Amino acid sequence: MINLKKISKWYGDFQVLDDCSTQVEKGEVVVVCGPSGSGKSTLIKCVNGLEPFQQGEITVDGVSVGGKDTNLSQLRSRIGMVFQNFELFPHISVVDNIKLAQLKVLGRSDDEAHKNAMRLLDRVGLADQADKHPAQLSGGQQQRVAIARALAMDPIAMLFDEPTSALDPEMINEVLDVMVELAKDGMTMMVVTHEMGFARRVANRVIFMDEGRIEEDCTREEFFNTTRGERAQIFLSKILEH
Amino acid sequence: MFGDFDTGVIFDNLHFLVEGMQTTLVLTLIAIGGGLILGTLLALARLSRFRALSFCAGGYVNFFRSMPLILVIFWFYFLVPHVVGRPVGGFYSVLVAFVMFEAAYYCEIMRAGIQSVRKGQIYAGQALGLSYAQNMRYVVLPQAFRNMVPILMTQAIILFQDTSLVYVVGIKDFLVSADLVANRENRILEMFTTVALVYFVICLSGSLLVKRLQRKFAR
Repeated sequence: MINLKKISKWYGDFQVLDDCSTQVEKGEVVVVCGPSGSGKSTLIKCVNGLEPFQQGEITVDGVSVGGKDTNLSQLRSRIGMVFQNFELFPHISVVDNIKLAQLKVLGRSDDEAHKNAMRLLDRVGLADQADKHPAQLSGGQQQRVAIARALAMDPIAMLFDEPTSALDPEMINEVLDVMVELAKDGMTMMVVTHEMGFARRVANRVIFMDEGRIEEDCTREEFFNTTRGERAQIFLSKILEH
Repeated sequence: MFGDFDTGVIFDNLHFLVEGMQTTLVLTLIAIGGGLILGTLLALARLSRFRALSFCAGGYVNFFRSMPLILVIFWFYFLVPHVVGRPVGGFYSVLVAFVMFEAAYYCEIMRAGIQSVRKGQIYAGQALGLSYAQNMRYVVLPQAFRNMVPILMTQAIILFQDTSLVYVVGIKDFLVSADLVANRENRILEMFTTVALVYFVICLSGSLLVKRLQRKFAR
């Protein structure tokens, strides 16, 4: 489904991604973790072309992300993305947030888009908040709306860029619950997160990044049960202590 | 001094004065609308990745911001008929001058507005598959515009005052109409006091509205 081949990226002289290769199969849940500044957010933003990369090739469902003939907007409309800061559109209501791209990108009728939006809001438990503006919702609620907004496009895969990092602790679980359910429904997911509980529950594979390189890329069992490289071990011990 | 202050002259010529105010308001509103549209396009051009485009837009803005408005009004008065190939009348040449002049200022306001929208918002629009134009139209510009409403309004108030400069090409706006009445009836004090009061009330109301909007948006 998602294939990364030898991706390298530089900001000026500084190399943020160094020869990263991995793949996410259909229905697979892959968690990407690593210390801040390790390039994991940059890597996931490369997958739908939000960040350009200088070397290597990424294909999603057989379409090359960096390809000259690729209709990037069309490809992006098929890949859902959820951001650390939710990024709901603050000037329109919750339901309109979910309808916008359905109407403008997929060309759905207002009626169809609305029904779909309400169905998804119901699924994330927020149907009663449809007419509010994003700022009137809590962080956890906003992030659940953001997930609904991405799902409204019927994506073939979902990318999560630290979806719980900006949340107060008591709101993290409501978002993770939605994500766990998605995973159990067979959604293809690439998730940048420090939530190792989530990784333990639903990840098929775990990727550990450090200084722009993929240091570990293994199954969940291998990652949590066997001895890891030194950096991964230090990282894990730091975030699992609590 | 105010002993023979004759308010009657105002009411006798009210129709004429109202016509003048209509000209002033039409000019102001079209200049705001046209300037805002052209200014927004210029702002998008200035922020464009295409160097040539952003260079040209930057040149336009810097040029018009370096010109006295009265010169621009004069200049277009002679230029527009020349370009069109036939006389168009003072009103239309002045309209073009105001739209083009204001566009330079609105461009800078909208540019700041667009840059005030978080990068993540642009990412979110892109990630949903919105094209550049759709992302601007539905995500970025509405937010940029909202953030800039107080400054846009302040600029509109300045514009409203500046329209009085059209007297140089003989257009009967509010001020010129009042001036004509003042000279005809020999009631200079009455007329100019009235004009001053009207401008003051309209501009002060506008400023107060801006203050309210600022408080509203600051929340």
